[in-house]
Amino acid sequence: MNYQLTDEQTMLLDSLRAFLDEQVYPYEAEADRAGEVPEELGNQIKAKAIEMGFYAANLPESVGGGGLDYTTMGLVERELGKASYGLAGHIARPTELLLACEGNQINNYLTPCVTGEKHEAFALTEPGAGSDIMSMTTKAVKDGDDYIIDGYKHFISTPCLPDFAIVFAITGIDETSRGPRKRITAFLVDRGEKGFDISLGPLCVSQRAYRTYQLSFDNCRVSKDQILGEEGNGLDLANKWLSMGRVWVGAQSCGKMERLLKMATEWAATREQFGKPIGHFQGTSFKLANMATELQASDLLVMHACKKADQGSMTPDDAAMAKLFASEALGRAADDTVQIFGGMGLMEELPVERLWRDARIERIWDGTSEIQRHIIARSLLRPFET
Amino acid sequence: MERVLVGLKRVVDYNVRVRIRSDGSGVETDGVKMSINPFDEIALEEALRMKERGEANEVVVVSIGGSECQQQLRTGLAMGADRAILVETAESVNPLTGARIFLELIKREAAELVLLGKQAIDDDNNQTGQMLAALWGRPQATFASRIELNGSTAKVTREVDVGLETIEVDLPAVITTDLRLNEPRYVKLPDIMKAKKKPLDQIPVADLAVESAASITAVTFEPPEQRQKGIIVKDVAELVAALKDKGLV
Repeated sequence: MNYQLTDEQTMLLDSLRAFLDEQVYPYEAEADRAGEVPEELGNQIKAKAIEMGFYAANLPESVGGGGLDYTTMGLVERELGKASYGLAGHIARPTELLLACEGNQINNYLTPCVTGEKHEAFALTEPGAGSDIMSMTTKAVKDGDDYIIDGYKHFISTPCLPDFAIVFAITGIDETSRGPRKRITAFLVDRGEKGFDISLGPLCVSQRAYRTYQLSFDNCRVSKDQILGEEGNGLDLANKWLSMGRVWVGAQSCGKMERLLKMATEWAATREQFGKPIGHFQGTSFKLANMATELQASDLLVMHACKKADQGSMTPDDAAMAKLFASEALGRAADDTVQIFGGMGLMEELPVERLWRDARIERIWDGTSEIQRHIIARSLLRPFET
Repeated sequence: MERVLVGLKRVVDYNVRVRIRSDGSGVETDGVKMSINPFDEIALEEALRMKERGEANEVVVVSIGGSECQQQLRTGLAMGADRAILVETAESVNPLTGARIFLELIKREAAELVLLGKQAIDDDNNQTGQMLAALWGRPQATFASRIELNGSTAKVTREVDVGLETIEVDLPAVITTDLRLNEPRYVKLPDIMKAKKKPLDQIPVADLAVESAASITAVTFEPPEQRQKGIIVKDVAELVAALKDKGLV
């Protein structure tokens, strides 16, 4: 593995950092307290991101994206992960799932997401179907050339009100040797479609300025042309997206850890108690050493997964390990940073308490730590199954 | 004008807390973030604006040093420069040698304007531009905070000790840039990709047959003494007493 960044990657990160310094970080505290990003500010970040070429940098150049490989994208996600998602989310990385668009779908969904005219939502989770996707109840029943969708999705997080949702629904049951199995299909459903209602979900303590929506479908009729990919292959599509998404959570966790470590180190070096900087006490300095070591380990796991993704050989456990370790290391780093700052670590005056809150969700979304361990253990034990 | 030469020096990034190597042989650069000297970045930004206004046809960025300087030149190309030249040398280059190298490049490139940062933030010499103008036998306008080109002349506002001074120089000339001249642009992602394909010539310093100026030899480096912690005084009387106590008044 090459540990040296290329000149291009160095330039890109320098430029992205300068962009975040100017356009994003100054608004974080305000957006967090308000629990939302003012529309004008969101549009301003988006417009600047488009101008700089950071928008949709993850998608191939052939569809108008930035054409970055997974390794470079991992570095970008790491940098964006340092910032509040409500704000940084306006530097959109549209889901790769949209690359499955065909025919008119390209002009109606993929292209507008690349140019910033539309925003998608990824609607998979349901109140009764979190880690256990297969317990999903949202269904789409075929009616001539149409499908009728009924059901409810929640925890659908996006930086702003989505223009359409990629909705996963059951379109049938297959009889398999292991018993009945639900056929899941992805649909592109426009906001404003009759029977499709989007409302703001409950406020989340992590990433307050990032919105979570709830989507309800009541007798919502969509044409079969709105199927993304093929009927019945929704889960394969979702799984492809989920694995890479986990690596990005790992990368973002690394970014946050770096930000916390920097703050904790500066504080430990300057805050004096008992006549010397608190970093001179091992109770504090060993915390810093642990954080730095775990950050490096997390970075290596994420880079490993990204490099393998670029070679087309990343496995679900590569992604799971990166996500699991980095998000849990972040949790420890955030807690230790609060401890090093003492009372000040919990005050709204400093960003420490916000980063501590924001860190918590990383162990939950995109597959909980328990699910990641399950994925890793499953791949270990599978060869022994008969 | 046909061509503007811009100097880009690779220096320790201005955000880095500079440390002296433990053996005192110089400033630690291993694993340290390196960047374009900020004043040079301003010079490049000005040249790019001249090109965008149609006042210059080509912007050529130049660096002197090891192959690692390519990184700064690539950044210059990504910002919008057309070409880059790296004069390769493993030796440290003092201002006079640097000026002689630039003079050779001016001849090779038939440059009509040379834009340099007023000084580099590593050695703070503030000499290369002035020396180059003297060697070239052309006018100089240093510490520019505003540049207006009018055909064969340039009107330059200079930041001097007493305020702002505006002078007019005939072109070709050397202009060195100050902090308030402009705000350099950020590099855009598509331009980073384009920069890969732009030409970057590497010229061994020996090819320029420049006489190396007798250099000052750095014997040892040491960090400045740590500042003593200050005290807060209640009023003027206490201040005077404290100063008297230290024998300062």
